[in-house]
Amino acid sequence: MRNLPDAKGHFGPYGGRYVPETLVKACEELTSAYRTIKNDKKFRKELSIYLETYAGRPTPLYEAKNLAAHFGHGRIFLKREDLLHTGAHKINNTLAQGLLAKRLGKTRIVAETGAGQHGVASATAACVFGLKCVVYMGAVDMERQALNVYKMKLLGAEVRPVHSGSKTLKDATNEAIRDWVTNVEDTHYLLGSVVGPHPYPSMVRDFQEVIGRETRRQIVKAAGHLPSYLMACVGGGSNSMGFFHPFLRDRSVRMIGIEAAGEGVETSHHAASITKGRPGILHGMKSYLLQDKNGQVQLAHSISAGLDYPSVGPEHSYLKDSGRVAYQAVTDADALKGFDLLTKLEGIMPALEPAHALGYLPKLMPKTRRSDTVVVCLSGRGDKDIHTVQQHL
Amino acid sequence: MKNYLTLKIQEVRRKKRKLFCVFLTLGYPSIAATERLILSSEQAGVDIIELGFPFSDPLADGPTIQYSSEQAIKKNVTIKDALALVRRLRQKGSKIPILFFGYFNPVFSYGGKDFARDARDSGMDGLIIPDLPPEEEVAFQKICRKQKLHRVQLVAPTTKDARAKMLVGKSQEFIYYVSLKGVTGAQKAMPADLKAHLSKLKRMTAKPVLAGFGISTPEQARAISQMSDGVIVGSAVIEHLKRGVPVAERFILKMSRAIHGS
Repeated sequence: MRNLPDAKGHFGPYGGRYVPETLVKACEELTSAYRTIKNDKKFRKELSIYLETYAGRPTPLYEAKNLAAHFGHGRIFLKREDLLHTGAHKINNTLAQGLLAKRLGKTRIVAETGAGQHGVASATAACVFGLKCVVYMGAVDMERQALNVYKMKLLGAEVRPVHSGSKTLKDATNEAIRDWVTNVEDTHYLLGSVVGPHPYPSMVRDFQEVIGRETRRQIVKAAGHLPSYLMACVGGGSNSMGFFHPFLRDRSVRMIGIEAAGEGVETSHHAASITKGRPGILHGMKSYLLQDKNGQVQLAHSISAGLDYPSVGPEHSYLKDSGRVAYQAVTDADALKGFDLLTKLEGIMPALEPAHALGYLPKLMPKTRRSDTVVVCLSGRGDKDIHTVQQHL
Repeated sequence: MKNYLTLKIQEVRRKKRKLFCVFLTLGYPSIAATERLILSSEQAGVDIIELGFPFSDPLADGPTIQYSSEQAIKKNVTIKDALALVRRLRQKGSKIPILFFGYFNPVFSYGGKDFARDARDSGMDGLIIPDLPPEEEVAFQKICRKQKLHRVQLVAPTTKDARAKMLVGKSQEFIYYVSLKGVTGAQKAMPADLKAHLSKLKRMTAKPVLAGFGISTPEQARAISQMSDGVIVGSAVIEHLKRGVPVAERFILKMSRAIHGS
């Protein structure tokens, strides 16, 4: 299971490379460049220096004793990705791909962004590596996330509004891919999650795997054994994939991926692609997809813009079918409760994305045993969401 | 049932004629308009119709076809509509080869096996799925072959020679050469290396090589059809169609005359 994908990027029936011929060469070049660089000691050394001295790795594993006491038993740990530079795990991937782009001799990166977090992290990496940066963002999202748009501009990136389709993340992704096809000679597409055509799902996973590797070391040191549960939120699924992956072979470790149930999975306003979608093809991959009966892609909805994506990384689809990871959906309302709980009990304001994972604790904890340890990936901090929280709490 | 695409390719080979292929978005501005345009195109001497099926996320397309797709989706156009239209056209005696041109998800959602059977049964002659390279969905590709629903492959300027040979081998009846980098859309100037690419491809195969992506004027169409076996025009037709069906019909006729030299 840890050896997936196959040479063509398939995770069982998922993943692959469903791209127009104009993109095939770019994907092939990236695949072979990545294969070379992956085991290149110099690249890995350089990246680890950036991760350590610039991004702030390793991030701490914090035992949330007040939170555990609130539920009456068990031990809860938080993997503090929220303490990273730019405020979320996204920087792990953008620094790695920025360095890769530089190695490939590219002078320009394009990126898609929904809430603007990946856009800010991309613009930041572009600064560090002296690359030109263009971020595509849905016109609707630009209005909702004006502060992040301003941040990207301060960082020297050009933010291009996308007016096609639903004017949100999925359309920004289409537009970034179109730009990449047109300018492939000097441009690298810095995709922000474990989605898209091969090699992106496995490459981004590898770049985020540092989360799980550190967690493994830290939890064994802190608790003396592997955790009973790992829990993380799943939109495209990069923080959860990087968090889960080093533990996949540890049969005793149970894993739960939390999707955004929006206003409820029984309504049409949710982003629970694994829970409510069926396999389909979008953005160059086959995976679970929210779509209507005719195969047109449906809009996702979540209070958290980072989970607002109608599909999910193909490896998650595979892990769902194989049963290795359990997927649950948490509503906007329960995520807000999770936010409130962590803020009040531990003095940590989580981003609304990981607040979904916290929102599942009231369901999970009563089922755990006294000796169980639960590790939650706190993928980002809540500053960006305070305005939304203010409107709802 | 006869495959009109096979017949057409045999005919142009005999007559040494250039091929003119028109792309239309199904349901833009309406299904009735698409039907009328196919019939008038046949009259105007168009050789092949690419019936573009609208998709919510047309990755390979520029703004013009994105726009027509969005408009058609608002009308809830379905695969069943595409099949019913082709069936109706065949009942009316239309013999123009029709290729389904669409992204894979709607086909996958309909069911690959059912689609291949129903499409052929309706009188569709082939299909082009831009986001389905030959490496994916091998079972579906076999079913298409069995049903004699011809699959045409795209070759791009960036395609490496070894891969181009593979694609040319897999492509049935003709080859679709994407004549520019990037997405579909009308262009003022054609790339300088077009001729070199086309002649390289023509050395690889005896099948006709058609060029598409960016062709927008009769002059371009004539020039490019002289270095290839024909041209495919999409976005430019849709641009004219925005100003009404008769405007598009006049444009198609003009293009047809430029290509066929009458």
